[in-house]
Amino acid sequence: MTADAQHPPAGANSASTRTLLRVVILCLIAAAAIASRLFSVIRFESIIHEFDPWFNFRATKYLVANGFYKFWDWFDDRTWHPLGRVTGGTLYPGLMVTSGVIYHALQALTVPVDIRNICVLLAPAFSGLTAYAAYLLTNEMTTSPSAGLLAAVFMGIAPGYISRSVAGSYDNEAIAIFLLVFTFYLWIKALKLGSMLWGALCALFYGYMVASWGGYAFITCLLPLHAFVLICMGRYSTRLYVSYTTWYALGTLASMQIPFLVGFIQYVRSAVSGRQFQTFLATAVVGTFGIGLIGLVTLTSLGYIAPWGGRFYSLWDTNYAKIHIPIIASVSEHQPPAWPAFFFDLNMLIWLFPAGIYLCYQDLRDEHVFIIVYGLFGSYFAGVMVRLMLTLTPIVCVASAIAVSHLLDTYMSTKSPNPDEVQRAAEATAKKVAKSTGLRGSEKPTVGIFSLIPKTGVVASLTVYLLMFVSHCTWVTSNAYSSPSVVLSSRLPDGSQHIIDDYREAYQWLRQNTKEDAKIMSWWDYGYQIGGMADRPTLVDNNTWNNTHIATVGKAMSSREEVSYPIMRQHEVDYILVVFGGLLGYSGDDINKFLWMVRIAEGIWPDEVKERDFFTPRGEYRVDGEATDTMKNSLMYKMSYYNYHAMFPAGQAADRVRGVRLPDQGPVLNTIEEAFTSENWIIRIYKVKDLDNVGRDHAAATAFERGQKKKKATKKRGARVLRVE
Amino acid sequence: AANWDQVLQNIYQYYMKETPQRTKLIDAFLFFLAVVGALQFLYCILAGNYPFNAFLSGFCATVGQFVLTVSLRIQTTEANKSDFPAVSPERAFADFVVCSLILHFFCVNFIN
Repeated sequence: MTADAQHPPAGANSASTRTLLRVVILCLIAAAAIASRLFSVIRFESIIHEFDPWFNFRATKYLVANGFYKFWDWFDDRTWHPLGRVTGGTLYPGLMVTSGVIYHALQALTVPVDIRNICVLLAPAFSGLTAYAAYLLTNEMTTSPSAGLLAAVFMGIAPGYISRSVAGSYDNEAIAIFLLVFTFYLWIKALKLGSMLWGALCALFYGYMVASWGGYAFITCLLPLHAFVLICMGRYSTRLYVSYTTWYALGTLASMQIPFLVGFIQYVRSAVSGRQFQTFLATAVVGTFGIGLIGLVTLTSLGYIAPWGGRFYSLWDTNYAKIHIPIIASVSEHQPPAWPAFFFDLNMLIWLFPAGIYLCYQDLRDEHVFIIVYGLFGSYFAGVMVRLMLTLTPIVCVASAIAVSHLLDTYMSTKSPNPDEVQRAAEATAKKVAKSTGLRGSEKPTVGIFSLIPKTGVVASLTVYLLMFVSHCTWVTSNAYSSPSVVLSSRLPDGSQHIIDDYREAYQWLRQNTKEDAKIMSWWDYGYQIGGMADRPTLVDNNTWNNTHIATVGKAMSSREEVSYPIMRQHEVDYILVVFGGLLGYSGDDINKFLWMVRIAEGIWPDEVKERDFFTPRGEYRVDGEATDTMKNSLMYKMSYYNYHAMFPAGQAADRVRGVRLPDQGPVLNTIEEAFTSENWIIRIYKVKDLDNVGRDHAAATAFERGQKKKKATKKRGARVLRVE
Repeated sequence: AANWDQVLQNIYQYYMKETPQRTKLIDAFLFFLAVVGALQFLYCILAGNYPFNAFLSGFCATVGQFVLTVSLRIQTTEANKSDFPAVSPERAFADFVVCSLILHFFCVNFIN
């Protein structure tokens, strides 16, 4: 693709032909970016995938149905049941507003498209824009004609970005990465031109980004850091001052001492003579930095400036979350990635990335410093947390595009340099190096390739790599990142596809067979999906803003029935939903997540829930006959395995996930009754019983109904206490 | 001590002699903005910050306007001509107007 761009046919090498080629190539890239994200829509259907997008989808539907002002003041009483959630103030509205605007624009153009389809296809559409933004950003970095196009291709199909932007993943990242790259482009542009207008545009897009994704903190850290590094390198310029302060004043309106100070000092330098300037500089710099530092430390320790949130803090102290906040550590995205993840997500870009960074050192202009700073930051954070691979991907694409285009520019020029001239030029540089005292790395020697064999060899191998990159990306996207978690698919022996649709079966049952306001208790993972698909109020959901409430659910799930029942009564729970994969071998079920429930509950009630009690004396986590009593009596265990043994002939009951044989005697439920179990037993829904009519406790009532009364009525009176009332 | 006197005096003389009239006008405006900002801050310290949004938007308006005016001053100064090959003084003024409008829109929106 890019090879064509470099060498238009002879005679047609005019400016207009190049522009045409560029436009065509960019259009093709956008088409490829969109097309490679449609695997899941074509294979399954056009639905919203994971957990979080279901809430975004629900909020978007509310926005479209009720208008913007109502959306802004939306108090949602169907989540976090007794508490509710002030939704308008606790979400990033950028995504919903964007798709709402698109919806209304299409309506105005008399193209009535369902809001669901807009939500599903928003991420692919924006990925095309991201590719274009990467093109613009890279063109600011280098003069090479191919670098921008290469970066656009990489950005368009790199799996690290596709993983968060396939059709149907209607998440904040869908538009945030475009905004991230475009904000950086505007920043570089503002910095180069020193123009207020570009700085203001940068601030506006930054504001849009703030409204869209929590990752805006990345920009907030990165741009000041870039400015700071530039100042430390002695590259302060008035352009930097203008662009940075404009961005900051419009973007955040807060302290901006550092550029202020430096600007002032520069002014003074032009005013006074050298020696006086030295003393002045030393006093001013030391004084201001000292005051600033002391002020920051005292304010933080006095509590005026909030210390970092736990999520950010866990980026620095990587063990922090595991010890103090189990709910952060319990999310699989917050784990550090292994090496293969980098190769898997970025393929050959990961080894071109350091080369690109190195090339940035060669002519170190202001914008190259930005690439280096971003590269360092991005790689560190991606090394700490899997999901931050997403913010690393743009810079990897840009840097490796610079590296590849550098190679192509060197090896693909058809004219060989004249040996004599090269000799002379080399001597000249040698002399210059001897004379000048600059960095040796910043001196560029004249290079030239003389014979045709290395040229064709290098270009051919690069082409092979590029082709392999494309096929790798397609393969990864198709196999790893295009499966909706709502629908599970498996292959039958004859190769045909078998769809397991238990989730929607169960949610649909809830939607049609329960009261409009029946409260559903489940672990928080399924909160958004229940709200979105079953349209029923939930106790907790994926927005984990209230840890205690989640711990309450965790306690109800991990305690004995006698303890859980009052908790559920107090929270007006009507149904409980558990996910059980034992029959099918679906490993993401609630028994495997159970220990996290225990840990989170233990954080709040260390006396009542103890993680140790769920392990056998030898420290094993077992669910079979050897399981501990606490485990066997916990509500979660009972709900998962209730009646399960009846599916199998005697002695054959087996759990396919844990790979163990279960005892023949299943658990007995007293306070709840089975309401629904899906086809493959993945979702089990239980109804919470009402209080007993004659005032017995539930255990006695069910025992009586099973006929477990004693044969001979005992005459003896039991130990009774005095009736008080 | 004598050294410091000299430094400050030098700066003052240099400023009076070398600065064109238009830039001095801008500087007067900057001085006014700084005074307004300081007064607001003083009032906030004395009277408490109860409508915090109002304080922030008022204070940020002065700070932001100050910063934008400094940018205008930098871009219109003759000595910085080489730094901004693409920005003519008229362009700088137009940018200044646009940015100020955006800033004031934000502040009016924020003050409720």
